[in-house]
Amino acid sequence: MAVLELRDVHLTYRTAQGPVPAVRGVDLSVDGGEVLGLAGESGCGKSSLVACVLRLQPRSATVTGQVLVGGENVQTMSWRRLRAVRWGEAAVVFQGALHSLNPIQRIGRQLVEPILLHDSAATPRTAADKVAGLLAQVGLPETHADSYPHQLSGGQKQRVMIALALTCDPQVLIADEPTTALDVMVQAQVLELLVGIARQRDMGVVIISHDLSVLATTCHRVAVMYAGRVVELGPAQELFEHARHPYVRALARAFPTIGEARSRYAPAGLPGDPPFPDRLPGGCPFHPRCADAVDECSSVDVRLRPAGPGRVAACVHVGAGVG
Amino acid sequence: MSLPGENDTGSGPVLEVEDLSVTFRGRGGLAARALDGVNLAIGAAEIVAVVGESGCGKTTLGRSILGLVRPTSGTIRFRGEPLSYAARALKRYRRDVQLVLQDPTGALNPRHSVYEAVAEGPRVHRLGDEPGRVARSLAQAGLRPPERFLLRYPHELSGGQRQRVVIAGALAVEPKVVVADEPVSSLDASVRGEILALLLRLREQLGLSLLVVTHDLGLAWNIADRIVVMYLGRVVEQGSTEQVLSHPQHPYTRALLSVVPEIEHIPSVVLSGEAPDPSRIPTGCRFHPRCPALADGTAAAAGIADDCRGRELGVLPATGDHLAACHLRPPPLHPPAALRESAG
Repeated sequence: MAVLELRDVHLTYRTAQGPVPAVRGVDLSVDGGEVLGLAGESGCGKSSLVACVLRLQPRSATVTGQVLVGGENVQTMSWRRLRAVRWGEAAVVFQGALHSLNPIQRIGRQLVEPILLHDSAATPRTAADKVAGLLAQVGLPETHADSYPHQLSGGQKQRVMIALALTCDPQVLIADEPTTALDVMVQAQVLELLVGIARQRDMGVVIISHDLSVLATTCHRVAVMYAGRVVELGPAQELFEHARHPYVRALARAFPTIGEARSRYAPAGLPGDPPFPDRLPGGCPFHPRCADAVDECSSVDVRLRPAGPGRVAACVHVGAGVG
Repeated sequence: MSLPGENDTGSGPVLEVEDLSVTFRGRGGLAARALDGVNLAIGAAEIVAVVGESGCGKTTLGRSILGLVRPTSGTIRFRGEPLSYAARALKRYRRDVQLVLQDPTGALNPRHSVYEAVAEGPRVHRLGDEPGRVARSLAQAGLRPPERFLLRYPHELSGGQRQRVVIAGALAVEPKVVVADEPVSSLDASVRGEILALLLRLREQLGLSLLVVTHDLGLAWNIADRIVVMYLGRVVEQGSTEQVLSHPQHPYTRALLSVVPEIEHIPSVVLSGEAPDPSRIPTGCRFHPRCPALADGTAAAAGIADDCRGRELGVLPATGDHLAACHLRPPPLHPPAALRESAG
């Protein structure tokens, strides 16, 4: 069953220079126990989309469409209900969150606080027991409840952040770039942890990253965003190895396969820069950077099309027998 | 691939690091040995990647090479001359050896235009023809036509363009060596390849030598001629990129490779724990507390488990040969004293 469902979600910021559409019609769903990867470059709308899920968008933003957490629309629910849904139903580990731990409070105390606030039946004792269990689940010794953040390494702090997100037993966990500040080895440990938690708790997990190769090996399915839309969605490994959208192919190639002769001394890039959301090119927004662009691309704004079992892609070449 | 006007002959290294140690005195009197005997050589127009986890000493190595950290012992030689820390000599040296940092947004002053950012080096070194130099460097860094960028400010540029401005700033003083600390890790995936291609092009066109400090093995595969793998202040494996990445000898290198997401055929060896503390370097082989070969009994079967725990390994020489500092590996490692003699 889908624990998180987005239906035709749009998010537009009002600015002095006019409206800036950051998210332009996204449909996504995440089942319990599923790990979904969300990839894309800076400015593609990933973080704005996350804001929609907890209704954290600024007042200058207009959101349309439906954001359903456990079947309830987050965007229209009462404030009272929203307060319960945040953390209780859906929790986010924000990018760079390592630094958001309070430096002068012990870890245990920071973990107990949301439990006491959200669960009226909790007592300090039951909350402390729960914290001990959570620390064990994220692979930290119970004694770290008495540590201060500066006594922990980056990887350990990220584990604390994940434990913090789990304190109120949400059905949905969103991790925004959970591994960018971490080392290779620690990165692998944290990703293993997230996948394990999704399975054990039958929770929907969304991992956001700009590194497609990381998502390919960790997630069940991956969605790639460009200019405010999902341009390709499919089973992670298939999408990484045989992407249908030229943009996704370029992203996949950006991380070479070590040992493969054709990428030696030949780093693969993608010329040009992603478009500004307020100055999107006409037609397919990717066409100015696309090596496979044809005349049609500058005029036709292609939406997602079926691209094989469980796969969709937004490219004119898809379904036309090419690509 | 030597430059016209380059006065050194032969294929001697441009930059050499010999038995370099850097010790930081910590709180409570605990000394952290960030670098603990490192040998390294970079040839003309060579790209060397230094890889390892946080805390392995790779950043300290880069900073020592730039003369920003004074070594506790050991020498750094540029074209055969030992690095002098006298102000004037150091200033001259820093024209030859430049730095490119990880985060271009942090490296650029938000209130300086692109012109100002690139002109700073030539101005400090009184190189003359500032506008010409700035324009040339921007073009070399792929910002064409340069006039379009001169008056822009960092916030008006994309991440990739900012990194190109930082690279142009380094090129403006015509360095021989550039030390790049994680040059693409803060950039978007699509920009990454473009910047790496630029570094390769600069090596070809300008004969630039590059020392790239990174934890990204894919980057090394993309551009590096040689790889140096560091662990807790020592080089544990080195060799040509093909040798080290296709036939890794050291269990640590193998573990690093196994967690690279693209490599499917190796079962991933996720080492428990993080890189240990340089103020408490383990006895024997410094990797032994995390070594999978010791944990799974491979070392015991070879009868060297006691060596791993108790006998220290020699320091690897700065040669181009594929070598690993591991008790399990066949190339016999000489004791450090003998090495110094043969190197001298």
